Amino acid sequence: MASISSDNHGLRLVVRYAVLTLIAIIFIFPLVFMVVSSLKPDQQLLADTASLRAFLPVGDISLDNYWAAFKRAPVALFIFNSVLVTGVTVVLSLLLCSMAAFSFVFIGWQGRDLVLTIILATLIVPFETIAIPLLLIASKLPWLGLDGFTTGWLNSYHVQIVPFIADGLTIFLFVQYFKDLPGELIEAARVEGASWVQIYRRIVMPLAGPVLATAAILKFLAMYNQYLWPLMVVQEEGYRPVMVGLQYFFQLNRAWGEIMAYLSMITVPVLAFYLYLQRAFIASIASTGVKG
Amino acid sequence: MASKFQRSNRAGWLMAGPAALLIAGFVILPFFFAIMLSFTNQRLISPNPTEFTGLANYRQLLGVGTLVLDPKVDDAGAVVMKDGAPEYPAIRSYTRNNADYPNLAGMREWFSFGWGDARVFVLARDVVFMTAIINTFIFVIVVAPVQAGVALGLALLINQRLRGINLFRAIYFMPVVVSIVVVSLLWRFIYDGDSGLLNNLLGAISFGAIPKIDWLGNPHTALGAIIVMSIWQAVGFHMVIWLSGLQTISPTLYEAGAIEGASKWQTFRYITWPGLKNTAILILIVITMQAFALFAQIDVMTSGGPLDSTQTIVFQAIDRGYGKQDISGGSAISVILFVIVLTVSLIQRWLTRERT
Amino acid sequence: MTKMKWIYGLALATATFGSIAQAETALTMWYHGAGNEVEAKIINQIVTDFNASQADWKVELQSFPQGAYNDSVVAGALAGNLPDILDVDGPVMPNWAWSGYMQPLQIDEALIANFLPGPKGYWDGKLYSIGLWDAAVALVTRQSTLDELKLRTPTIEKPWTAEEFQAALDAAKASGKFEYALDLGMAWSGEWYPYAFSPFLQSFGGDLIDRSTYKTAEGALNGDAAMAFGNWWQGLFKGGYVQATQDPADRDNGFAAGKYAFSWNGNWAALNSLKANADTVFLPAPDFGHGPKIGAASWQFGVSGTSKHADGASAFIQFALADKYLADFSNGIGLIPATKTAAAMTENYKDGGPMAVFFGLTEAQALVRPVTPGYVVEAKVFEKALADIANGAEVAATLDAATDEINADIEKNGGYGH
Repeated sequence: MASISSDNHGLRLVVRYAVLTLIAIIFIFPLVFMVVSSLKPDQQLLADTASLRAFLPVGDISLDNYWAAFKRAPVALFIFNSVLVTGVTVVLSLLLCSMAAFSFVFIGWQGRDLVLTIILATLIVPFETIAIPLLLIASKLPWLGLDGFTTGWLNSYHVQIVPFIADGLTIFLFVQYFKDLPGELIEAARVEGASWVQIYRRIVMPLAGPVLATAAILKFLAMYNQYLWPLMVVQEEGYRPVMVGLQYFFQLNRAWGEIMAYLSMITVPVLAFYLYLQRAFIASIASTGVKG
Repeated sequence: MASKFQRSNRAGWLMAGPAALLIAGFVILPFFFAIMLSFTNQRLISPNPTEFTGLANYRQLLGVGTLVLDPKVDDAGAVVMKDGAPEYPAIRSYTRNNADYPNLAGMREWFSFGWGDARVFVLARDVVFMTAIINTFIFVIVVAPVQAGVALGLALLINQRLRGINLFRAIYFMPVVVSIVVVSLLWRFIYDGDSGLLNNLLGAISFGAIPKIDWLGNPHTALGAIIVMSIWQAVGFHMVIWLSGLQTISPTLYEAGAIEGASKWQTFRYITWPGLKNTAILILIVITMQAFALFAQIDVMTSGGPLDSTQTIVFQAIDRGYGKQDISGGSAISVILFVIVLTVSLIQRWLTRERT
Repeated sequence: MTKMKWIYGLALATATFGSIAQAETALTMWYHGAGNEVEAKIINQIVTDFNASQADWKVELQSFPQGAYNDSVVAGALAGNLPDILDVDGPVMPNWAWSGYMQPLQIDEALIANFLPGPKGYWDGKLYSIGLWDAAVALVTRQSTLDELKLRTPTIEKPWTAEEFQAALDAAKASGKFEYALDLGMAWSGEWYPYAFSPFLQSFGGDLIDRSTYKTAEGALNGDAAMAFGNWWQGLFKGGYVQATQDPADRDNGFAAGKYAFSWNGNWAALNSLKANADTVFLPAPDFGHGPKIGAASWQFGVSGTSKHADGASAFIQFALADKYLADFSNGIGLIPATKTAAAMTENYKDGGPMAVFFGLTEAQALVRPVTPGYVVEAKVFEKALADIANGAEVAATLDAATDEINADIEKNGGYGH
């Protein structure tokens, strides 16, 4: 790692950190509010929102809301379901979409531009607008699973996974990134007789760290926050994901403390995933010595 | 792509095929269903048979008309004044049960402007939808550049080597990690007109000079409040995309720039920015599309109100399709949105095309 | 899904091959109470009791959170996957019955002769749903407030008139003791608006729709009575008696904390109010000219249109109608039991009980929301119109637009089968 550069004099450093910290406060305060509130009884929580006490773990602090949340809903089950569905989708999505993007950018084939244009156009279709037709389709599709051949995908994990594996946005992310990679590298490899799969695996994907991280977190967020679709296709509690589970807490008299506790809990897996990605990809790239 | 080594129909299709097939089956096919529905009277719940109705849904949504009215005059021929302005006949008397104006039946006033002594009233069959279109465009026009710009600023800021910079990166990204539904719930507390954090903060720094504002309950501030929150929530994500773009720029370019004594601005203008071109296109398009799809914030925070000041196209599509069980009307809105966004993207692509 | 199929197959097999052994047939049931521990316990108890009481049927319960329930049922119906037994919010029932999601109950109607009218769900002359409870709304205040403002205590026989109600609001406002005179629950969007506020309109003489034909809202929602209602409604906000946007927390705790002099709230919130202030009283709705009105009908049970075991499903519902369970629900979550005999078994609604007044209010003032499949849309249109008027929209234009929207919807639906 290069030594600290010359403009690093004391005062400038202080200013830099001050700016960074100020921005950090802006970004983090609602989340601090969420976590701090989850530790307070409802009355105090609501009273505190008027002052800075909203951000301070003061007063009657306890984990009661968490115990109550576990009592009200099978929180662990919901988180497990969401992590499973999300995890499987992200892995398959990264694989299929990067392959497709690879094909679009590096391989010449008939119909390529047309297919890519159509796929990019699907970016525009908001999911909500196709949900009902999709429901009708999914309720009639066949599936070969552990318990043999069945018709209709309702009440399962795969109905929450398969329709979301491939999407225009992920392909688009990969395409834009691959365009920046040196094309000569791929051509040289072809000339030397490397197969397309080899080029994909040995040359392109090892360079794709940043876009993999970006696509992974984006897909993770989209999947983890699914609400409308699971609501429509899952009737059995056993398959319900976290955002549908959130509805358990919206009773007539809202238990805000429990809601905050639940929100804090379901945020943990996403945060952990991001921090993992940051360490694995972004941090490693930053250390290669790029300057802003 | 001229090289014969890089042509292969079989490999191309095999690698793109799985994703393309999935998209065809789970996005394109249902979207074609939706397009078909938009030409029918299909209901979400109904025992009635579906009928083909042609463009009726579109006409209902997009129908506009104009009405030019002269001010009311009294018996003496003088213009009747009300609250210091000339009074005009009630629009209601033209649009309801008036056999002389069948083309205006059921329309409502959208806006009006003066035309000499007369006044031109622009009527719409669906004023709420018109408002939704306008609001959505306002949202996109503000959010796309501001969010992209702020995100780039943040990316440059955290793309420096400082002790603990990873911590800041993680913090800036945190709002993205939290679901927009959750974020909207939290911000309702912040925007609360009475005991909200924002009001208390403004009150404290201005020593009470700034009056309390009901941010989400006031038609003049509601959309702005949602814009600010939306940017706050999503900017971290685009920061990361910029960051990954920044990291594809070869360090040797910067070294060369440093040797030639380039200023910071010159470095950005001639090295960083050109290297971000593909990233910039990506971000612009992604933000634009996400902005056009604005829904969750509205659903949680305002439901389109107050006084339609936060109605959006997608909120209308869902409110109609699901809430009011008018799935064909909702589908028609989706198709209209598709056409709008497609047009905008084509314009964007043309503007950002490779210039040779 | 596969399990259900398997069970159907089994049921078919036993029917075909004659009853070798009397197998239990599974009945699936959906209920909206997920996340409410007390409610879940009671409904589970009924299911357990029913399954133990006979050998033909076995009910399997699937609970949904209330906020997701209606969408789940619609999606389930579209996908051809409805249970045998489902529960339905009273005013929504005609919509589901009309579209074939539900079928008439096979229940001896003599059994429900002593039920309050609200919980009985009739559509097209047939009983489609039946509730174990009703809900009622009252004007909540404190005796000390009435005394201090020198207000007459209204009774069911002699409720406040529009003028008296206005005078009460004025007195509360003038006293300067309250942030707002009245808490209408503006924070609760959705069904609360038509449920709680359309009775005001009806008391003015208007309605969501012309109930003589159910084919138009013209005249009902935009006639003179409706305009008078709209102006009164707008006046509440313009005059500073009510806030147009309310913090949900204020809705939950504001009245108890003394922010409001009066609160328009349901029986389900009554226990909390009593706990906070022992002198809380529940007053009947004011009479705006056409009699005092409050909303009726709450969640009810019915049989799905696709159920192959309507007899079994009806048997379960009939089983659940026992006074004991009516009383359990009432004691558990504060609902108004559907019969007098059950009310006598409860803590709160027995004669002299702290909430007995609600039983009287339901008997005397309750009016069901328009019994039509179009209600679902009418409710949404009405909600938006009221919110807009509260925020200052022009009354006549807003009610006209609402009327047009409702009429267009009725036309689009071929008259909704009326």
